[in-house]
Amino acid sequence: MSSTRTTGKGTALSNIGSYEERLKDFDWGIAKEILGWEEGELLNIGAICSDRVCARGMADKVALVWEGFGDKKATYTFDDVRIYSNGFADFLVRQGIEPGDRVCVFMEKIPSLYFSFLGVLKMGAIVQPLFCAFGEESLEVRLASAGTRAILTTQKHARKVRKIRDRLPSLEKVIVVAGNESKLKDDELFFDVEKAARVEDFESYAAGPETRSVLHYTSGTTGQPKGAQHAHGSIWGQVLTTSWVLDLRDDDVYWCTADPGWVTGTSYGIIGPWALGVTQCVLDSGFTSSRWYQFIQDNRVTVWYSAPTAIRSLMRDGEEVVAKYDLSSLRHLASVGEPLNAEAVVWSEKAYGLPFLDTYWQTETGSIMITNFPGMQVRPGSMGKAFPGITAALLDLKTHEPIDEVGKVGLIAFSPGWPAMFREYRGQDDVYRSKFVGASDGATPDELRTDEGLWYVSGDRSSIDADGYFWFVGRDDDVINTGGHLVGPFEIESALVEHEAIAEAAAIGKPDKVNMEVVKAIVTLNPGFEPSGDLELNVMNFIRKRLSPLAMPQEIEYVDKLPKTRSGKILRRYLRALEWGEEVGDLSTLEDD
Amino acid sequence: MDEIRDVVLEYVIDEYVEEDEMEVTYDTPLISSGLVDSFSMVSLKAFLEKRYGISIPDADATPEAFDTVNSIVGIVEKHTD
Repeated sequence: MSSTRTTGKGTALSNIGSYEERLKDFDWGIAKEILGWEEGELLNIGAICSDRVCARGMADKVALVWEGFGDKKATYTFDDVRIYSNGFADFLVRQGIEPGDRVCVFMEKIPSLYFSFLGVLKMGAIVQPLFCAFGEESLEVRLASAGTRAILTTQKHARKVRKIRDRLPSLEKVIVVAGNESKLKDDELFFDVEKAARVEDFESYAAGPETRSVLHYTSGTTGQPKGAQHAHGSIWGQVLTTSWVLDLRDDDVYWCTADPGWVTGTSYGIIGPWALGVTQCVLDSGFTSSRWYQFIQDNRVTVWYSAPTAIRSLMRDGEEVVAKYDLSSLRHLASVGEPLNAEAVVWSEKAYGLPFLDTYWQTETGSIMITNFPGMQVRPGSMGKAFPGITAALLDLKTHEPIDEVGKVGLIAFSPGWPAMFREYRGQDDVYRSKFVGASDGATPDELRTDEGLWYVSGDRSSIDADGYFWFVGRDDDVINTGGHLVGPFEIESALVEHEAIAEAAAIGKPDKVNMEVVKAIVTLNPGFEPSGDLELNVMNFIRKRLSPLAMPQEIEYVDKLPKTRSGKILRRYLRALEWGEEVGDLSTLEDD
Repeated sequence: MDEIRDVVLEYVIDEYVEEDEMEVTYDTPLISSGLVDSFSMVSLKAFLEKRYGISIPDADATPEAFDTVNSIVGIVEKHTD
């Protein structure tokens, strides 16, 4: 058994107090008590994160400290957030956008991203944040799937939208929120909320707990990315986990390093902290250790939520860089995105005087599910324990029956019904149903989500120790987790075979010291093409621009033939096992030569 | 050296700069500005290795070393000596 340790400064005063006590008589309604929210009040994430904070007497409190590259800096109060989110909401209404419409937010981590996210929710539409490094093909797939009606973007990224707009009949409005207005094309609209007339009052849409709110796309093994649809009622899960796991308090200065194109950047980079009225910082520039430490020092960051890839990069640069900065403001560190290795936990405690606490959850779960809590005995390398109110279990890999054998590997599963659970995969009820063990044919997403007799299966494997700590083992499918982001092999393979040189392709993860996994492509070539360094670079850039830098293969292996089942399906798990030096398992379905 | 600088600058502009009007010079920050992200740095490294027939060890492929065209030229020269 690994060693245990307690978690640094201030733990005696943590919001959660005793984990064991919290398990008793747990109720998600505690989140409402924390906010002083009464039944019958407006339940709209956009309004709760801005208007309501102001109404609670925090209008003049700093909500956002933003820094960009080149000494750009701006500070906004909660009243500014209220006014500017009103501005976006009002503008969208005037453009004919209606409640339930999908509005994509596709931009860098500029202040307007945060204002527009809340503005879309305030007027009742569904906000669809997308990572701005996506290339046009990744963008098109997600906008087409969502039937997106409007996109808010910057001049820089508008060019990607132009390339695909003709193929997106639902996309009526392209709204550029930053950049040079004179560079706009055709019917594109320009709206700079900070220069537009101030909208003092906006009547937010009267949402209910099931009213659709945020739509995040996530990758699976098969098919194109799926839209995990969340609802306004998710806020209770996000508020309570933010309070108890991230331990945010009124006087904290909080930094979540995630991009809101991904779920961490919305659940814990916007909703959780701002619903609680906490000041947060955003750094919109490239990563270097010194820049990050300078940012923490300058802003006196107290709580820092980051990712293993970043932590390992900081580790690589060493403690001598840490020593150049005053990081004494930090009091609590947490991590998400992929398993946090024990070495990183131990190193962070040595370097910062605090361990990074691992948290485990997914796009679909919407909020933290298994985690290390402030004040608990941390076992470095462990995922921690289930959040109170979350029933987590391991299911047998074959029978899918719950197992309680210590150390045995099983599928991580949760009893459905927690507030932030995704409501559906947009337009794919059959795929949603496939995530539940015990689901009956034809069961609707609402029936599945509220049936506590079922198990929602996460797609990850772990074991559990005698004291209830979960220990991550790996994914149960072929999805590649690179730098904390899930990348679907199908999407990469589909793009690879669009390259003129490539006949067939398999995409797998290969081990990487910093990113845990990076994409490797194994390909066969069309007649007339030969392997070469030029071709490899050409293919890398082809995928980088079409999909994203995350999906770009960092290695390409050329083979004469790919291993397939007798039915013609490429055996990725076989290729992956070879790459990782693991047992290749049952090959009885392998196609004969 | 001048030739390497111009080749690298042209490649960076062609492959990574999305805005027509953005001026990139030999000293424009690439990584710290976010113009080139850490994943894309891998393709830039692959270009240098292929173009100049060199192998750049991971220890030298740091964000700081790849941050400007001028600093990249330094890496290329170090490994072509």
